[in-house]
Amino acid sequence: MLNVRDLAVSFQTRRGPVSAVRGISFDLAKGEILGIVGESGSGKSVTSYALMRILDAGGTITAGDVTYSGIDLRRATERDMRDIRGREISMIFQNPRAALNPIRKVGHQIEDVMRQHARATRQDARAKAIAALQAVRIKDAEARYDAYPFELSGGMCQRVVCAIALACDPKLLIADEPTTGLDITTQKAVMDLVRELIRDRGMSSLLITHDLGLAAQYCDRIMVMKDGQIVEQGDPVQIFSAPHHAYTRKLVDATPREGETIRSLLPPEDRTPTLPHKVHNRPLLDVQNLVKTYQGKSGPVQAVRGISFRVNEGQSVGLVGESGCGKSTTSEILVRLMDATSGTILFDGQDIAGIPAQRFVRDPRRADIQMVFQDATDSLNPRHSARHCIAEPLQRLARMTGARLSARVEDLATLVGLPLTLLDRFPHQLSGGQKARVGIARAVALEPRFLILDEPTAALDVSIQAVVLNLLVDLRAKLGLSYLFVSHDLHVVRLLCDHVIVMKDGQIVEEGPTEQVMRQPRDPYTRTLLAAAPKPPARRVAAE
Amino acid sequence: MTDAPLPTPRNSGWAHLVYVLRDNPVTLLAFTLFAFLIFCALLGPSVVPYDPLQTNAAKSLQPPSWEHWFGTDQIGRDVFSRVIVATRLDLSISVAAVALSFVVGSVLGAIAGYWGGWLDAVLNRCLDTIMAFPLFVLAMGIVAALGNTIENIIYATAIINMPFYARLVRAEVNIRRDAGFARAAKLSGNSDLRVLACHIFPNALPPMMVQVSLNLGWAILNAAGLSFIGLGVRPPTPEWGIMVAEGANFIVSGEWWLAVFPGLWLMLAVFTFNLLGDGLRDIVDPRKRS
Repeated sequence: MLNVRDLAVSFQTRRGPVSAVRGISFDLAKGEILGIVGESGSGKSVTSYALMRILDAGGTITAGDVTYSGIDLRRATERDMRDIRGREISMIFQNPRAALNPIRKVGHQIEDVMRQHARATRQDARAKAIAALQAVRIKDAEARYDAYPFELSGGMCQRVVCAIALACDPKLLIADEPTTGLDITTQKAVMDLVRELIRDRGMSSLLITHDLGLAAQYCDRIMVMKDGQIVEQGDPVQIFSAPHHAYTRKLVDATPREGETIRSLLPPEDRTPTLPHKVHNRPLLDVQNLVKTYQGKSGPVQAVRGISFRVNEGQSVGLVGESGCGKSTTSEILVRLMDATSGTILFDGQDIAGIPAQRFVRDPRRADIQMVFQDATDSLNPRHSARHCIAEPLQRLARMTGARLSARVEDLATLVGLPLTLLDRFPHQLSGGQKARVGIARAVALEPRFLILDEPTAALDVSIQAVVLNLLVDLRAKLGLSYLFVSHDLHVVRLLCDHVIVMKDGQIVEEGPTEQVMRQPRDPYTRTLLAAAPKPPARRVAAE
Repeated sequence: MTDAPLPTPRNSGWAHLVYVLRDNPVTLLAFTLFAFLIFCALLGPSVVPYDPLQTNAAKSLQPPSWEHWFGTDQIGRDVFSRVIVATRLDLSISVAAVALSFVVGSVLGAIAGYWGGWLDAVLNRCLDTIMAFPLFVLAMGIVAALGNTIENIIYATAIINMPFYARLVRAEVNIRRDAGFARAAKLSGNSDLRVLACHIFPNALPPMMVQVSLNLGWAILNAAGLSFIGLGVRPPTPEWGIMVAEGANFIVSGEWWLAVFPGLWLMLAVFTFNLLGDGLRDIVDPRKRS
């Protein structure tokens, strides 16, 4: 149905042309779901844009042929392409909110596509749009027709995007990271829906994702891309159980799954024994009845409704929940960037909730409680070099200067595995993993006792996530840190934490030792979360 | 050095400047013109062929010639010399006014954008009030009320430009108030004021540069406009606005060069500053350096 031969795409940049895709060939059969898996920069999205001929400025297809049911997509006129897009091939984008027009009712946006391709007339457009909304299982479709994107949740928006993509019964659906940024339970719901719709309509699909586990669960065939080339393709079970290419092996290893240890995320040659960390039976942090109420437009909103928990000295506690459950608010309060409405936070036996966040900057305990932020890019000042970023807390709180300061910064860079030559670069000149290391180096610079990790790997590729998680484990052992690891991913939390707290709607629904919560979850919500995570096929260990 | 994945890019300011200029010929033109204006302002009085104030009744109202490139005025002063010498005064007025409004506007806007609340509301309404007046009339009123001096022209120009800076900085600071790097800076022991001044404000500079450069041109026009209607600079001081005003009387009788050349020079200066904006922004933005 779709044949791609030696496709090559390059971009014109300040440093000359850069090839994003270097001669890839693949076929997609009717009714097949093909997964393209790769890390950022592997050229997987560019491939799909090239198929649709919607490359960004500066990007051109330099070689190769793309044939879709006998039509040469590379040489088709722009007019023909307009006809093909939406009617024959349609696309679901990564960020559903950005893909929808924010000031137009979602029903009208579906009508637009249908009328563009003459699938509906002014008279029956409304009925057809409502039918399309029903097809993607939007409850109360009639009422949702008049909703604006901002009134819908992320999962709902993605359903609407699906409805638009499927409105004209295309034969091929390209889904570019359709569930990145969605909660894990929403991800499952959206993916199950997409798979079902594709099966029912006999469509083919290209699923582009960085998550090997997700691809394995939903695809008939997987293609692994690296640096613009296909390094391996085959059926999911085979790729997982006996990966041929070294890169595929690395990706498979790095995908967290049940029954593995944190070291097994790394390539075999890097698996040094895990350093043990000591958990003392003395509470370092004792949170009692923490409440945070925001003043919303329609009355007060309770983000955190009286939670209590403890973190012992040296312990790593995982705080798990989906977006809006109050886990970020809790971590902001604990790190003293925000004031709680009520409740106490005993740090080492003394209440720190009473000190306003503004004055905590001058508190001697400021250096003891630090945080690693979710988005490494956003958390580094774009105008400061890596060295400057790491040095900042040392200058401000430890009053270090001159040679002592630069020696300490270099020690820290070595500790987190950042090459010293990169210290003078600006954040935009560093890769995601390097930025994460800078963020971690800055957080541990003052040797804090308690470190809050706010989804530190959420924006990273899996292989880099594996390295960063292992780095965090090593640091914990070397520096005797206590962690509060905030995450939406139970599988990642399991690898790192001794104790897990599951939050929902501002309350703790379950807590206990990690293994116990993972094996025998008591709360139905925990069970839902565990069931929603993609389950990659087990790896045959004997293959090594 | 050997294990670095890439050679560290050299991002010295000079190499970057060269890149920006080479990348965009318009920027190169703007910087050349700017250099020329600066040259006129600094060395103008010592390189011009005639004393700009010296009258010569025998040579009044002569058309442009090899001897007097831009002709002479009604009392025999060399127009070319006067135009060049006036550069210093006009540039000083506009630079001083823009610097003043930049500083005051940045401080007010940054405070409003960072802390928000009633402070923000009050400041915004004050700025709205200033902007509700026709700005040139407001400037006229200020100069007329405060007295007819060059300092007062600067203050008046600064006051009418200030709201633009305050609004721009407010918006830029506001979107970065809760950025990760600002929160990280607080954890590193920076007080709110330091976070604002050392972390958030510098990130607002690139769009500010565009505003500064457009504003410089506008401030020159404003100063010249005030002089044109007889406020501020007084004759016989050479100043573009006055020269255009004085020359305007002679256009009907055919002596066009008195008004046209100072006018063209004024246009050239405004044109230069308008072109300069994008180039300046590219230079202060570290993200463009790679």
